Amino acid sequence: MEQMIPLTIDGVKVEVPAGTTVLEAARKANVNIPTLCYLKDINETGNCRLCVVDTGARTLQAACVLPVTPNMVVKTNTPAVRAARKLNLELILSNHDKKCLSCPRSQNCELQKLCLDLGVENGDRFAGAQNEYPLDLSSTSIVRDNNKCILCRRCVGACKNQKVGVIGAMMRGFKTAIASPWDKDLASMACINCGQCIAVCPVGALTEKDETKEVWDVLADPTKHVVVQPAPAVRAALGEEFGFEMGTSVTGKMVSAMKRLGFDKVFDTDFAADLTIMEEGYELIDRVKNGGVLPMITSCSPGWIKFCEHYYPEFIPNLSSCKSPHEMAGAMIKTYYAEKAGVDPKDIVVVSVMPCTAKKFEAKRPELGHDGLADVDMVITTRELARMIKEAGIDFANLPEENFDKLMGESTGAAVIFGVTGGVMEAALRTAYEVLTGEELKDVNFHAVRGMEGIKEATVKVGDLDVNVAVCSSTGKAAELLDSIKNGEKTYHFIEVMGCPGGCVNGGGQPIVTAQVRNWVDIRAERAKALYSEDESKTLRKSHENPEIKAIYADFLGEPNSHKAHELLHTTYAKRELYK
Amino acid sequence: MSNHNEKYEKLAEVIKAHKEQKGALMPVLQEAQNIFGCVSEDVQKIIAEGLGVTLSEVYGVATFYSQFSLQPKGQYVAGVCLGTACYVKNSQKVLDKLCSELGIQPGQTTADGLFTVQATRCLGACGLAPVMMINDDVYGRLTEAEVPAIIAKYKAS
Repeated sequence: MEQMIPLTIDGVKVEVPAGTTVLEAARKANVNIPTLCYLKDINETGNCRLCVVDTGARTLQAACVLPVTPNMVVKTNTPAVRAARKLNLELILSNHDKKCLSCPRSQNCELQKLCLDLGVENGDRFAGAQNEYPLDLSSTSIVRDNNKCILCRRCVGACKNQKVGVIGAMMRGFKTAIASPWDKDLASMACINCGQCIAVCPVGALTEKDETKEVWDVLADPTKHVVVQPAPAVRAALGEEFGFEMGTSVTGKMVSAMKRLGFDKVFDTDFAADLTIMEEGYELIDRVKNGGVLPMITSCSPGWIKFCEHYYPEFIPNLSSCKSPHEMAGAMIKTYYAEKAGVDPKDIVVVSVMPCTAKKFEAKRPELGHDGLADVDMVITTRELARMIKEAGIDFANLPEENFDKLMGESTGAAVIFGVTGGVMEAALRTAYEVLTGEELKDVNFHAVRGMEGIKEATVKVGDLDVNVAVCSSTGKAAELLDSIKNGEKTYHFIEVMGCPGGCVNGGGQPIVTAQVRNWVDIRAERAKALYSEDESKTLRKSHENPEIKAIYADFLGEPNSHKAHELLHTTYAKRELYK
Repeated sequence: MSNHNEKYEKLAEVIKAHKEQKGALMPVLQEAQNIFGCVSEDVQKIIAEGLGVTLSEVYGVATFYSQFSLQPKGQYVAGVCLGTACYVKNSQKVLDKLCSELGIQPGQTTADGLFTVQATRCLGACGLAPVMMINDDVYGRLTEAEVPAIIAKYKAS
């Protein structure tokens, strides 16, 4: 039984478990203490001083890192507290560029909201020297604008949790900047492009490398045949940008919006997720039966792949040779679809809409292409798609629901759960079970691999075989798991790794949820609900039952892992250095 | 060359000695600075790898504390005091003269590796203001006009 601590907050008596912070306890008294640098599990350092409260101590205390003590009397709304918060905010503003009108985070910026909430009347109260930094545009995925940075260090925490840690607070005092050692640009560091730094940034200091202009250009070019494909997790979060409750699936409206934007074909990356299961499932069966390298590790997540190449190259032989689903789709669009539709592949532009910033880097890998053509030409994130829909004036909320185009638009429930941690594993098990045993799988739900824990393990009986599997999300957790394998503590047959915590639903390209929500709601679990309910609503829930998958093998690829499939759907990896 | 290798061996020993200790980074950086005279990129990478911390962390600490130097210091480190007493006695002009004579900015080292110029806090010799120190030699009640001759002395030695 945990010890309960009684205390008084603004005259309201509450009881909370020992170890609770004043910030958390205040919620019980219906008080929202403002925060800026604080982000649960990512940055708990108490450095911005916006959450200060009066506890009767000599000075005001930071509520986010102050544990409750018995019979504490906390005042969160005194003239001194309000004045201190406002002063601290005005001091932060003194070194912020305040170019809100053209900032992609405008109206979703935590600094902007605090200025409103705390009643800042003069943003230039402490006008004075201001740092000027060049933009870091070196990365294919992430843009850093330190002119907007408020030094909260959330990005540093997120990068560290990923066991990447290529950014930190450098120098001291007024010269302090979040940067890489020796002021190297991001592209020359072992950054994995996961974009978790963007997802946690309270302001517009970190954003994705915007490619919407390039997409608008090809949409306006009559000589181009532009094909779009959205990843599973996009439909689980796009609605948030248009006022839908978190966890609402907006698949039909998304398809409708894409058609209105002028894409010539709207295919589904989910189709390619089913294709991935076929290729990856058969690859696993082959490795198990013929003494291949085990454990086999999934290769869908480009953040994870780059992490493996930089930090754990000894595990490269364990990586599945399968391209990620949208790359498979790209390869099929420029061969199978081109052939069927009678379009010259050179005229086709494949645009992927991804919950992910690392996909932008992945699409530019030279090995991911065929006949001198890249499989995927452009990658935009969920956020960029939302911006395009807004810019086009499409009334998203009231759109009719439409279906994906035929040939590569059909998908099963196994595919849609690719967007959440454990989903690829579950999908693979559904198919592997039936292929290996020849029996029908009665219960397709593998609850052991669901949920938001960083590392999940299960032993699944497939016929006579006990298959040991592990599922982990975030590269930080992947590092833990790989270390335990290296030490000989663990042995597995098959591992799913997703680079972002919770999987793609929480990818670095998803709509940004402010700390005011993230600190209290598990957004990963909420968005996952949309995908699991879509899975349940489908008649077909196993990849190998997808009729369009059957057709693509019958008409074009032959069989899974055929020579043609290898040529078009599989890839290779290479060790990367830690420093350039 | 053997001297060079000895330094790296010594660094490896230092890392090994502190590896398991919490907060090992500061003492290791300090000892590395003693061994090499500065903590270069190369040395910081070895420390990061050896202690299992990121280079960002090492560099962040190395640039936060002013006693760590990223570049090798010159044979003669000339520090001009900009503390209150010296400052009101025109030590800024002494510093400016020193910089213009050597063609470098405070914090930099001359290309020949002979001089490093630093602007320092109070050296504790306010009675002699304005004060400059070159290694362990103290020069007090200075005027900017005296600077060239002092530099020439070290160049000659």
